[in-house]
Amino acid sequence: MLRQLHSLPGLIAALFVMVLAMTGAILSLDPALERMDAVIPATGQISVAELTGKLTKNYPGIEQIVRTPSGTLIVYFTRDDQVGIDQVDPRSGQAIGPYEPSSFSRWIKNLHRSLLADTPGRVVVGITALVMIVLVISGAFLLATRMGGWRQLLQPARGSLSQRLHIRFGRVAMIGLLISALTGTYLSASTFSLISERLEADPELPLVVSAGPPAVIDTLSVLKVTDLNNLRELVYPYPGDSYGIYSMTTDQGAGYIDPISGEWLSYQTHDSTHMFYELMYMLHTGEGLWWLGIILGLAAMSVPVMALTGPIIWWKRYKSKPKIAANSGANTADSVILVGSESNTTWGFAKTLHDSLVQAGHRVHTASMSQLASNYRCAQRMFILTATYGDGDAPTSAKQFLQRLGKISKKPEFTTSVLGFGDRQYPQFCGFAKEVEKALSIKGWPQLLPIDTISRQSPQEFARWGIALGKVLGIELTLAHIPMQPHTTTLVLTERVDYGVDVQAPTAVLRFKMPEQDNKPSLFNRLLQRNGLPHFEAGDLVGIIAPGSQVPRFYSLASASKDGVLEICVRQHPDGLCSNFLYRLALGGRIEIFIQSNPDFRPASGKAPIVLISAGTGIGPLMGFIRHNWTHHPMYLYWGGRSPESDFLYEPELNIYLKDKRLTELNAVFSRTSERAYVQEKITLDGEKLRKLIKNDAQILVCGGRDMANSIKTALNGVIAPLGIDVTTLKAQGRYREDVY
Amino acid sequence: MRKLTLALAIAASMALPSLTQAREVTFNTVLQNYGGDGAYIALYLVDADGKYQHTLWVAGKKTKYYKHLPDWARGSGLRSSEYDGVSGASVLSGKALNITLGVADELIDTGYEVRVDTAVEDMRDNRADVSAPLTTDNAGKLFSGRGYVQSFSYTF
Repeated sequence: MLRQLHSLPGLIAALFVMVLAMTGAILSLDPALERMDAVIPATGQISVAELTGKLTKNYPGIEQIVRTPSGTLIVYFTRDDQVGIDQVDPRSGQAIGPYEPSSFSRWIKNLHRSLLADTPGRVVVGITALVMIVLVISGAFLLATRMGGWRQLLQPARGSLSQRLHIRFGRVAMIGLLISALTGTYLSASTFSLISERLEADPELPLVVSAGPPAVIDTLSVLKVTDLNNLRELVYPYPGDSYGIYSMTTDQGAGYIDPISGEWLSYQTHDSTHMFYELMYMLHTGEGLWWLGIILGLAAMSVPVMALTGPIIWWKRYKSKPKIAANSGANTADSVILVGSESNTTWGFAKTLHDSLVQAGHRVHTASMSQLASNYRCAQRMFILTATYGDGDAPTSAKQFLQRLGKISKKPEFTTSVLGFGDRQYPQFCGFAKEVEKALSIKGWPQLLPIDTISRQSPQEFARWGIALGKVLGIELTLAHIPMQPHTTTLVLTERVDYGVDVQAPTAVLRFKMPEQDNKPSLFNRLLQRNGLPHFEAGDLVGIIAPGSQVPRFYSLASASKDGVLEICVRQHPDGLCSNFLYRLALGGRIEIFIQSNPDFRPASGKAPIVLISAGTGIGPLMGFIRHNWTHHPMYLYWGGRSPESDFLYEPELNIYLKDKRLTELNAVFSRTSERAYVQEKITLDGEKLRKLIKNDAQILVCGGRDMANSIKTALNGVIAPLGIDVTTLKAQGRYREDVY
Repeated sequence: MRKLTLALAIAASMALPSLTQAREVTFNTVLQNYGGDGAYIALYLVDADGKYQHTLWVAGKKTKYYKHLPDWARGSGLRSSEYDGVSGASVLSGKALNITLGVADELIDTGYEVRVDTAVEDMRDNRADVSAPLTTDNAGKLFSGRGYVQSFSYTF
């Protein structure tokens, strides 16, 4: 709901918001530029009377003095029957030059206020300002939800590049944009008289003027006691005007002045509406508050970034969301399917189940687990299909499920069944599905079928579950799941470096490129300086489908697409279908790949040190990070191998990076030398140093096998215990990230 | 060209002792290329003492800006009864405003003067941008303005 409130107005108004922000940013410079030009005497130094005395000599035909909020003094006059405007120096009363507001500024201002389309344009602008308020507030709430609370708002941003940019710019500019949007909406509403009229009652026009000859202007008592810095406007009597009175507006009020006695004939203090309007106007334009103008202008500059990244984020989310046909509403469906998916494969199964149930005549509602509603009015059964992330954690689309479930106190009318997806090879097989099942049974939610599991996306196991389900429902249910194959790219092996055969750890660094005939990049790619490779960065994952397999295997990438090669580090496992295929691949051999982004596994930007920990082939993505560390971010590498003579992966390259400072420190330990050391032991040994780094906000990136990752966690917990924190704390702060296989 | 026979004649008849005939007068106000937004213009009559008498026309739709037509604003007191039915759109830079109105004979050749006040947003306000005595002799004569008005003329 909140998300729609953010993305829908955002998408519709992106262009207008961008125009307003850009023009606003340009206009924000005006008050500062004007302020630089203006001469402002100290308060109490020059009275209005003193100034008028000086001006009388230089401008016999003076008609009006205006002092802008920025302090620029402008004189309107007639000379030789032609009107003129000069900017004058308040100290001397001398002309600085003709006052000519730039026509560029005026054009920008009109674009900003009315999109050059007068009243209809002003309406659009007003609505856009309102949309802007909605965007800022909904964005702030979305961000707070995403970061896990208002206090975590400033934690490091995670996600894809677009998301990170959107978050970073958003939270810096949030307050500024809100001020601009609120004041802009107020000004717009006052233009259309939607709020109390900004015009206060004018001072009463005096009917009686003292008799006698007019006094010399600089002797008028009201002008004598008015400080120049309080003046807004002084209008002289028109020559030959029988009224012959002055009218003056100051910061405090406005009124008419008797030209003979020099006293107020009528005077009215500005009322609160007027003062409020002036305040809003100042906050919006920065006129009279140039530094605020600059800040708001800078904040506005973030809008184009947000307006571009926003739709990208939306589009990616929209595209990755499986298209479920005939999806009923949550309150009309008799069957509810909730999906917990990390990389969308589980959605594919959900879709198969959804379609089969619809075919059997059911009204089915399918949604992500995080969208669990507190009530499903017509539901008779609920299916929870979920994968597991990492070590038993919730996958992306189920992150909020348990929390939401915890808030539901009412026992439902419907029955539930949980189906877990995973890989039986891993110790925490379907860990999250089991946790969900446990939570449901603790809450006493009735069960339809006991928990079942599907390993390695097996269509056979899924079909079996379908038969069991059909029996319970009393219908014939055929779940024929055809796994969705991602769009793949063909690459060819161009280079390989072999290690570790002597120590029974045959490992190869493999480099792939686009095949020759496809290597002619299109004009589009040439313009973007791309090389035909799909976009990826070091730390992302490549899915490789070995011949004869339907299930892809994932490897961490050691290169970025801009390097022109796709590099992975593969160790041959005796029974591994894919690793054997890759390890035995000869130069010129081809593979089918697709990219799965893994944006969380990246070194943080900033100056804090980075500790990279891995063993064996886990060095791959870390190698990519070091290689791209052109800003000489302090990077400490801990790596464990077997023998420095045989499987010291990337040794020559690492030495180069040590020399050119891309790598700060290299700690390689080996288990088959006399020292018989493992990387986790080295961590414990270096405890003192690591504590210091972590105190200095170090980020830790771990890549490697599950067992190794667990030992590292244990070792690190021991190291940082004296600091009163543990790895979980670091994880929550985004300072401990794992890529585990 | 805007044509309209005006309540002005009636208004004049109330202010003046006797009513004779009204004459059609076309007022032509040509603006300079002052390079700003649309100008607000007030055409009005003052008597021989320079005292406001009647509004002929106000160009510009937003009444809240009317106070920027200083002398006319002061004279008319900005009462809407003064300009009801005799207002229209603002006039763009370099364009002309043509107004045809019925003017009572008593107002012609009797010392009355046509005044034009002009104002443009973010630019200066001009009182008496043009002052032109309303006489038969002056018909067709070009008056130049001091502010945004390049030339002003009227014909019977």
